[in-house]
Amino acid sequence: MRTSVQELIAKSKDKKSKKIIEKLIPILLFLIASVSVLTTIGIVLTLIIETVTFFTRVPLSDFILGTTWLPFANSGAQFGIWPLIVGTLKITGIAIIVAVPIGISAAIYLSEYASDNVRRIVKPVLEVLAGVPTIVYGFFALTFVTPVLQSFFPEIKIFNAISPGIVVGIMIIPMIASLSEDAMSSVPKSIRDGALAMGSTKFEVAWKITVPAALSGIIASVVLGLSRAIGETMIVSLAAGSTPKFDGDFTGSIQTMTAYIVQVSKGDAGYGTTIYYSIYAVGFTLFLFTMAMNILAGYMSKRFREEY
Amino acid sequence: MRYIEQEKVVRRMNGRMVVNRVFQGLFMFATALALLALVILLYRIVSQGAGHLSLDFLTNFASRFPDQAGIKAALVGSIWLMAVVAPTSILLGVGSAIYLEEYAKKGRITTFIQMNISNLAGVPSVVFGLLGLTIFVRALALGNSILAAGFTMSLLILPVIIVAAQEAIRSVPGELRDGSYGMGATKWQTIVRIILPAAIPGILTGSILALSRAIGETAPLIVVGIPVIIQFLPEGVMDTFTALPMQIYDWSSRPQAEFQTVAAAGIIVLMVVLLFMNSIAVFIRNKFDKSY
Repeated sequence: MRTSVQELIAKSKDKKSKKIIEKLIPILLFLIASVSVLTTIGIVLTLIIETVTFFTRVPLSDFILGTTWLPFANSGAQFGIWPLIVGTLKITGIAIIVAVPIGISAAIYLSEYASDNVRRIVKPVLEVLAGVPTIVYGFFALTFVTPVLQSFFPEIKIFNAISPGIVVGIMIIPMIASLSEDAMSSVPKSIRDGALAMGSTKFEVAWKITVPAALSGIIASVVLGLSRAIGETMIVSLAAGSTPKFDGDFTGSIQTMTAYIVQVSKGDAGYGTTIYYSIYAVGFTLFLFTMAMNILAGYMSKRFREEY
Repeated sequence: MRYIEQEKVVRRMNGRMVVNRVFQGLFMFATALALLALVILLYRIVSQGAGHLSLDFLTNFASRFPDQAGIKAALVGSIWLMAVVAPTSILLGVGSAIYLEEYAKKGRITTFIQMNISNLAGVPSVVFGLLGLTIFVRALALGNSILAAGFTMSLLILPVIIVAAQEAIRSVPGELRDGSYGMGATKWQTIVRIILPAAIPGILTGSILALSRAIGETAPLIVVGIPVIIQFLPEGVMDTFTALPMQIYDWSSRPQAEFQTVAAAGIIVLMVVLLFMNSIAVFIRNKFDKSY
């Protein structure tokens, strides 16, 4: 027996289960979507709660004003965060010196000079560079860059700030290059054509038209690169050493905030010890630094965006 | 009055052309430097580690003796980890993307969730490790199991998958949707039968790229307390395990030079796994690249 289409439609309309599904699905999906919000809340709460426990044992003023980080001392352990911040800034500074000129130059080359064929080859290769795990970069810094540097400057020690700084720089080049290139490519072609028609050279177009117009995007890419460098963990854990220092020495062992967290996690700092809670205080400081950078980058790209 | 002084223009022309050439060379040189870094990196690792690669390396457990050290436990552990991360992160990521693109009303809450996702993507992976240590390892008492590490990694790559899935869903043309509604389909039917099938290549490509990031991440694993030396294979998600990057980290940080060779061999295995995953992603992208 055949049923008519109308009957089929009527039948399916009567189905209760279908109506319930249509009502339930949005709720279920909303719950799933809230996982990402819960993750953020989880991160912030975990960091704050454990950090507060840490501050019941170590005074806040010692932490933010102290310039000695000696957590493993048997008596008189000191928790002044500055040596770890200085270590982080050393790495970040070198990384930026390496990555900004190369990254932005590559972006200008790709968006202004390169032919489509060159771009089709270079961009995927940069993507590969971005996909290399950081542990591999760390191994590269320790077993290649450091020995090469040592052969030129014998005073550089096996663990130092320069080699991991350079390699962190190499790691963030693809990020700065591709985000800057995106910003430059979104500058309308008509503006470029206008300048070229007036007799400008390609360099003049790039330097006086494209770069100023894309400046907000370029700065945002650099700030995001900074944030990446601050949070980078494995390269510094492997190649920068574990000596928190409050000085201007780049040739010897240092320690960053991230490397300290790894050092404590690797050893068995018992649950509930002051050292255990200290990794949350350091993690919270790190979180504040990177969060500030990310918000700044978002602000830069919104605030100074030129609309065409 | 003359607007253009021809003599001056002619006089300066050569200089401007030279500047243009010089900078073109500089920009090209910088790009070449970045590419060169990749070539040196790959060459160094292959030349260091290739000698240690053998079938024994894949089938041996870790050892105190460099020539007997193998990567079996780490390789199997990484596969177990992916078996937890892939379903968890894809389910959460695609679900969130469907909600944001299809159900959420444009308003404060949606903007907030969206902003939250992009901020989450900028949180350092070591901080995710601290979250995993507190919530999964301690509060939910999962210990240093595959499940605890897998959940931590899933949250880490969640923002990447959500954004990729959102883009894939957004690129499904409106006519397909309207056509489905016009035939009397409900919203959920339209999503399951029309939108998701059309968006799947994009979702899969993004997910595989995100998973290949998870397989190379080390810091969160160290923080949640995953051990390195393991002489057995895990039998379930509640067992402890070790993973490729953990094993490589351990070998790299040993003082004996022989272990650097072992570490390089381990890196080759990791890079081959990554290359394999990436080629699947590229294959899917090319195979299903429909343009509407």
